[in-house]
Amino acid sequence: MSGTATVPDSGAPAPAGKQPTAPPPRANRGFPWTELATTVAAFVLAFLVGALLMIFSDPKILSQPQYFGYLATQKVVSAYGALIDGSVGSWQAITESTAQAAPLICGGLGVGLAFRAGLFNIGGQGQAIWGAILAAYVGFSWHLPPVVQLVVAVIAGVLGGAVWGGLVGWLKARTGAHEVIVTIMLNYVAAGLLGYLLTTSAFQRPGRTDPISPVVDWNATFPRLAGSQLHLGFVLALLAAVAVWWILDRSTIGFTIKAVGANPNAAATAGMSVARTTIIAMTLAGALAGLAGVQAALGPTTGGTPVPLSNGIVGTIGFDAITVALLGRSRPLGTVLAGLLFGALHAGGLAMQSIAQTPLTLTTVLQALIVMFVAAPMLVTKLLPFLRGRRVGTGVPSSSGGLA
Amino acid sequence: MTTQPDQTAEPQPAPGLRLRGMTKRFGSLVANDAIDLDIEPGRIHCLLGENGAGKSTLMNVLYGLLQPDEGEITVDGEPVRIGSPKQAMAAGIGMVHQHFMLVDVFTVAENLVLGREGGALLDMRRARRTVRELSDRYGFAVDPDAVIEDLPVGVQQRVEILKALANDARFLIFDEPTAVLTPQETDELIAVIKSLRDEGRAIVFITHKLREVRELADTITVIRRGKVVGTAEPGESEAKLAELMVGRSVNLTVAKAAPATEGDPRLVVRGLSVTGPTGVPVVRDVDLDVHGGEIVCIAGVQGNGQTELAEALLGTVPVSAGGVELDGTPITRLTPRQRIDLGLGFVPEDRQRDGFVGSFSVAENLVLNHVTEPPYASGIGLRVDRIRAEALDRVAEFDIRTQSVDTPVSALSGGNQQKVVLAREMSRPLAVMIANQPTRGVDVGAIEFLHARLVAERDRGTAVVIVSTELDEVIALADRIVVMCGGRIVGIVPANTSREVLGLMMAGVSADEAMRTAATTTEDVNEVIT
Repeated sequence: MSGTATVPDSGAPAPAGKQPTAPPPRANRGFPWTELATTVAAFVLAFLVGALLMIFSDPKILSQPQYFGYLATQKVVSAYGALIDGSVGSWQAITESTAQAAPLICGGLGVGLAFRAGLFNIGGQGQAIWGAILAAYVGFSWHLPPVVQLVVAVIAGVLGGAVWGGLVGWLKARTGAHEVIVTIMLNYVAAGLLGYLLTTSAFQRPGRTDPISPVVDWNATFPRLAGSQLHLGFVLALLAAVAVWWILDRSTIGFTIKAVGANPNAAATAGMSVARTTIIAMTLAGALAGLAGVQAALGPTTGGTPVPLSNGIVGTIGFDAITVALLGRSRPLGTVLAGLLFGALHAGGLAMQSIAQTPLTLTTVLQALIVMFVAAPMLVTKLLPFLRGRRVGTGVPSSSGGLA
Repeated sequence: MTTQPDQTAEPQPAPGLRLRGMTKRFGSLVANDAIDLDIEPGRIHCLLGENGAGKSTLMNVLYGLLQPDEGEITVDGEPVRIGSPKQAMAAGIGMVHQHFMLVDVFTVAENLVLGREGGALLDMRRARRTVRELSDRYGFAVDPDAVIEDLPVGVQQRVEILKALANDARFLIFDEPTAVLTPQETDELIAVIKSLRDEGRAIVFITHKLREVRELADTITVIRRGKVVGTAEPGESEAKLAELMVGRSVNLTVAKAAPATEGDPRLVVRGLSVTGPTGVPVVRDVDLDVHGGEIVCIAGVQGNGQTELAEALLGTVPVSAGGVELDGTPITRLTPRQRIDLGLGFVPEDRQRDGFVGSFSVAENLVLNHVTEPPYASGIGLRVDRIRAEALDRVAEFDIRTQSVDTPVSALSGGNQQKVVLAREMSRPLAVMIANQPTRGVDVGAIEFLHARLVAERDRGTAVVIVSTELDEVIALADRIVVMCGGRIVGIVPANTSREVLGLMMAGVSADEAMRTAATTTEDVNEVIT
């Protein structure tokens, strides 16, 4: 073939002598409308189920069947009204949502990046705990000048998470130990070590007998916009998302990570080191989860100071991060949106609890339902058949679809 | 187990399966365009076409795995709707898939009752009896209690056939059944299919191998780009069939000049041994020299150490003894990355598994093993523009048929996927090229092209090693032939060695003895014929 002919375009007539086979399916890499539609639908369904739960778990409504319609409507409207109010109803509420979202975004990025390398990182929790421990330690004991102390604290926390995650990658690469088992176990180790450290004189607040640390210095606290909860941590989370996007889509490291994740055999045959890539991916994932822990340790509460280090410092960030990564489909932008959504749900949930006397745990149920419906798109299209037309309309056969 | 000997039945509704105007679209792609097909009892209907021509789509429609957009299916004149494999089975249609639909950890009998449990109790005794009866009738020698994963591929395929026969399928579809078989197994399968035909079943045989078509077909329908482009007589020449299939005349022989083997060998293998994962030696004490400018083909029945040898040369499989030199540099202790950097090109046997990342685009796969080098990377940053530009060149040069360079490779046909792999390896200066089954599952038109490229690589001065189980390919390409059996080199023979001798050597007979045996048997045969 001496042809310097241009690539046959899908619609262009084939150059003489060439008989292009019919264009292959699935080149459509445009905006994922279908995914968006399913996600929105999953939302609506989750809120419907949530409403039913609220109504049928309230003895007051059930004991007065004659006012059922009125009471049920009132209940749902007041609860969801409070939820919306508390999450996006005011500038204050919106910034509270971003504050809640910041650690979720960081953790979700960590889980998602590991996913892309074919690794299921259940260890976000342990990695975040190390991030919190080291950031807080620098924050309450080093007393460095302004800016410097904050930078050092952030770096220390990120490094802590990176080491804890990298350890998993190293164990897997050297010994073949499965990352799921190792990360789960290391979660216990990290939680246990945190508990132990809080009983030592280096960490325990002088004069206290319960496991709690001194308050983090003002110099190590994320600065926030006056009168709001929008703090530097949220900016760092967005920057982390951009960095992860660049690594995954514009760097050789990400290229290798994705190749190893999608087909380790082909990656090895192409000369990539699967072991090295595993260690790198887990180190990066740990660093991101560590940043989530840093957020927990240095992010200001409404009172202005961060929560001091305690056993529950990171809450369930590491596990919520898995949910966020799932909803965000392990893509940086998706993870940011999912993190914001869950942050808003969390912030709104607090308002719902205090105003509408609906337990905060309902938001947890909502989160779980949303992810469940997203993970089961077949279920959504079954429940909402009008979406099915859209799906077929995109002409995307399933990956197993039989095109010889 | 009744057969349908009613060929002589009343003429009104002709027996058989008829497809009229079958159309199947995937988005803008028309995979099947108004296809008519008659499948008649007691005949073998060969469906011939390149990869991606729409053969398998048509059969998946017929078997209820896909729903047609237009068209009608009739069985014995009665219109039927086939919405699922279950309905296909009820209509008497059975399918032997290219990739077997068997549960590996179940026994033969258990696989037989799968999907036909009917009620809470499994009638395993009956299933075993059915396996034995059918197996005896067709000479299958299948043990009902054998676990599938312990069986050789050829026997697994018989289990698939048994499954269809247990359903009393009148119409049997074989989707590229010989792709996974050795030459001997292929011969046995052909005999089985003929006996099924002779008892009145209708056979659809999908393939792109011309030799098989000529051996089997009663009727030939050729499909190209989703359309029936013609029918052919069984006696038609291979060249004519290839032309129909590809749409232009195809050169089935490889034109190449005499090899130019001067100077020192570029690849030197000494005493190389590889131990398999179970501790058994799979490559034993292999010595091999390959010069620049020659093609050495490694022939042998699959699973005789060729693949392990190739992977040991790349370095993805550890070597237990011996050494390898590339242009005088010992490479035994180097990583695959370092060997690739020294100019080692590698085409893996299983392209799906080792050759490319299916979810990656054509452009990304074209730089898969040199993406970290300039000009594709600067520092750790990717030069996306350079990668795309390179891909556009390669796609044009290798005539890779793809919608764009951003299309995922998994969406391409097998032949084009293989072109992506070869284009990647040949887009940089090579010292040694190791190609394992470079044309497996690739259609005739693409084979012609890939062979020409491999010869061009040889003429550029590269030492080319080709591992192939296809004797046709070995004979067409080789300057020298190395025959392997049981992990050892049985002998190294010139390219003009006869098929008989190569066949005997592949069974482990030494070169001298094979030539003597072949000489005498040929005489015997000649006597019988005359």
